[in-house]
Amino acid sequence: MIGSSAAIQTHGLTRVFHARQKAGEVRALRDVALTVHRGECFGLLGPNGAGKSTLIKILTTLLLPTSGSALVAGFDVVRAPLEVRRRINLVSGGDSSGYGILTVRETLHLFSQFYGIPGPLARRRAADLMDVTGLSEKANTRLSSLSTGMRQKLNFARGFMSDPEIIFLDEPTLGLDVEASRDVREFIARWIRERPERTVLLTTHYMAEADELCGRVAIIDHGVILALDTPSALKRTVPAEPAFEFQVSATGQPLDPLREIRGVRSVSHHAHPGTGAVELRVVVDEDDVIGEVLGRLKALERSVIHLTKMEPTLETVFIHHVGRGLTDEENEQDGELS
Amino acid sequence: MNANLAAIYARASVRMKAAFRERSWVIGDTLFPFLAMSAFVLVYRGLRAPREYEGFVVLGGAMIAYWNNVLWGMASQFFWEKEQGQLQLYLITPVSRMSILLGMALGGIVMTTSRALTILIGGMLIFHVSFPLAKALPAFGLFLLTLGAAYSLGMILSSLFLLWGREVWHTATLLQEPIYLLSGFYFPVSAMGLVIAAGASLLPVTLGLDGIRQVFYGPAAHGLVPLRFIPPIQVALTAGFLYLAHRALRFMEELGKREGRLTLRGD
Repeated sequence: MIGSSAAIQTHGLTRVFHARQKAGEVRALRDVALTVHRGECFGLLGPNGAGKSTLIKILTTLLLPTSGSALVAGFDVVRAPLEVRRRINLVSGGDSSGYGILTVRETLHLFSQFYGIPGPLARRRAADLMDVTGLSEKANTRLSSLSTGMRQKLNFARGFMSDPEIIFLDEPTLGLDVEASRDVREFIARWIRERPERTVLLTTHYMAEADELCGRVAIIDHGVILALDTPSALKRTVPAEPAFEFQVSATGQPLDPLREIRGVRSVSHHAHPGTGAVELRVVVDEDDVIGEVLGRLKALERSVIHLTKMEPTLETVFIHHVGRGLTDEENEQDGELS
Repeated sequence: MNANLAAIYARASVRMKAAFRERSWVIGDTLFPFLAMSAFVLVYRGLRAPREYEGFVVLGGAMIAYWNNVLWGMASQFFWEKEQGQLQLYLITPVSRMSILLGMALGGIVMTTSRALTILIGGMLIFHVSFPLAKALPAFGLFLLTLGAAYSLGMILSSLFLLWGREVWHTATLLQEPIYLLSGFYFPVSAMGLVIAAGASLLPVTLGLDGIRQVFYGPAAHGLVPLRFIPPIQVALTAGFLYLAHRALRFMEELGKREGRLTLRGD
């Protein structure tokens, strides 16, 4: 073990997959250098095939790096995998754990035993986790009778049964409905708050999720870390042009004169399908210009219902660095070749 | 409790709970195999073979249950866990792979023993096959040694299933009948000739069955390997297989991690 405040530390981490049926190779990770501090919730954002799952598999001792090194909880994932495994757990969204014949309570107890957790503690922890994940009512229900969402929640709870020092959450809310996703996010936030020494590495497709939960975020694409900082610092790196969104009344004169205002760079608008009001987006050179826009709207007999200044989001940051938004069109290689 | 012991117990309890909650296996795993065994008894009876042969068949029928549990209840289980997408949940735990396998094996023994007892008791009640009671204890001792060696061999096989699941699955299915033949489940293995029988005796089940028949029936069992050699051979096989299993599981896991196929479904 290497004494360090880092929960996760990688140096020059590279993973190359050699295709079996076709010539060539796939570089899933390229020279990744990353430090995640103890007590941190760290987000990893990237499109499908970016290398997120490959990185998680290496860090959870399920895959060997081609070159470079990775320390988890101070232990080398290649040389001391057992020490790493004692301190980690993994939840992969979309997966389920356990056997249809077992109940929810029995499943949580089963997986706790692989970590040698004493029976009374395991039962107490299972009860707590079922409570916070909304599974208490299903405690004695067999997995074969659970909905997909419930099984995912169970998988999520399973990951926390060992109360790991470091937990890897790989798309934990994938496929969950809005309410269940919110429950999961609340649980993660609470877990971090109550256990400030614990570390979370979260990969997600949902930018808002990373923004809400993570102290720092890395954007990864094609196996390379493109940006790494706090969400707010990342947002500041995006060259932002002031943009405002209005909702204005449907009646009145045409909006074309807005384009003639000095300092207005672009104007776009469309009718709101529900209310019929006009939704207007105006990009300006400087914030001051918006005063003149408001005056012109009044002159055009358009009353302003709503006005918002658009701030850069992680989505904006992501698009800025990756060159595209998150899509599901590519199939994640899941860290391995198929 | 030590995590490995806890894992053995926890994994075994899944199987035991399954056995009591889903009882459909009683028909498939006890009644049908009994019918298959009955066919051989009736053949020997039709041929007016010595009564000991009917005893050979009943013992063989009981032992098949354990071999099936070794192969399909334990060795292949990592493949099924991989297909279900939860192999990684086992592999990230800090316990030995062998303790997980042992838990599967012990849990499966409940069902397997039910099947074996059904065949033994059914054979005794329906076909009036008898076993000298005085020999039951040494026979049981040899049976336990045989199980030790057979399940250790199963752990080696599980390392193959771990990485080459589908291919090994097909191969094991393909080789099922030849192995039944070589194991001499329904006849004395010496009937295959010395060379083939000696080769087949590398399978612990073949050797154990040969020994158990000798314990019960003496020279009438047409034993291949002298009985006094069989227990030490089984002990040696168990130790050797366990060592190889430990190495093989480790090697295959490392190979899988290197090739990136360890948790790859459909492989």
